[in-house]
Amino acid sequence: MSTKTFAVFMGVLALVGLLTYGLLSKGEQALAIGDPAPDKTLERLDGGGSGSLADYRGDWVLVNFWASWCEPCRTEAPDLQSFYERHRKDGVTVVGIDLDDTTEDARTFVEEFGLTYPQLRDGDGDERRDAYGMTGFPESFLIDPQGKLAVIRRGPVDERVLREQIEPVIDGRLDPADQ
Amino acid sequence: MRRYLALAIAALALSVPPAAALAASASLPDIEDEVMCPICGTTLELSDSPQGERERAFIRRQIARGRDKEEIKQALVDEYGPRVLAVPGDSGFDLAAWLVPGLVVLGAGGAIALAVVRRRRAEAGEEPPAPPRIDDADGARLDEDIAKYDL
Repeated sequence: MSTKTFAVFMGVLALVGLLTYGLLSKGEQALAIGDPAPDKTLERLDGGGSGSLADYRGDWVLVNFWASWCEPCRTEAPDLQSFYERHRKDGVTVVGIDLDDTTEDARTFVEEFGLTYPQLRDGDGDERRDAYGMTGFPESFLIDPQGKLAVIRRGPVDERVLREQIEPVIDGRLDPADQ
Repeated sequence: MRRYLALAIAALALSVPPAAALAASASLPDIEDEVMCPICGTTLELSDSPQGERERAFIRRQIARGRDKEEIKQALVDEYGPRVLAVPGDSGFDLAAWLVPGLVVLGAGGAIALAVVRRRRAEAGEEPPAPPRIDDADGARLDEDIAKYDL
């Protein structure tokens, strides 16, 4: 094998190696019911330090990923607030996680809808979107007191979804595995 | 003469805008081709998504506040993270965008250097190899053969 052929071979090999590495590093696994909920320490939207889902371990947590520019997020926000107010004394909380948004827009959104449940934010939402296998906005995930996924909801929630898919799991009337 | 020189210097000074004025001239078109719409995976200038629209509104607000281009890009990084800048990532397949141009330049440089060395060697007066000598008997036979032809 001549020197020139060897150099071309090594160049092609390097490119194929990079391509393979790139494809493999993008291959996140799909989430399933019963999996531990991906967690990460994020800043609080109100500027009051940081927080994570682990802070609510022992409670049922409905995690809602949203953004102020997302129109369906505006539709579901009042229903999420009502749900939070109805259940907050029963060891159930809602945690909003604002992604891919500016702080100013997100705070305006929270104020506009009078949202009082905890809000975290991640301006670079890429990692959270990948971790939860998100395909759009909004998406919600019910996490049990042990920190495992109990309900995966792709798309907006409303009163009916909250009443028929979320509350029965919390009440123990519906096994997450039966969904 | 001095008066004309002073006038020329004054005119030049007035014609060159101060650095602050240049810095304040940030514009949306100048910025949106250098930053990403994080949701779309394209540069902001190519995006017509709702998220892109809010990002443009953010940039307009920053311009209205008198921020220059670099300050606005930094503000975007503070909000959306470093991925908002339209530069390739430093891991995975994106790494190729950094490595391949360097490798191409190195390869081209190496090839040029090799070609130059070869050419210089050729030009260095290396005599062409002498033809093989023939002995007298062969020479006589060759002359005899040539004589057969009417050249």
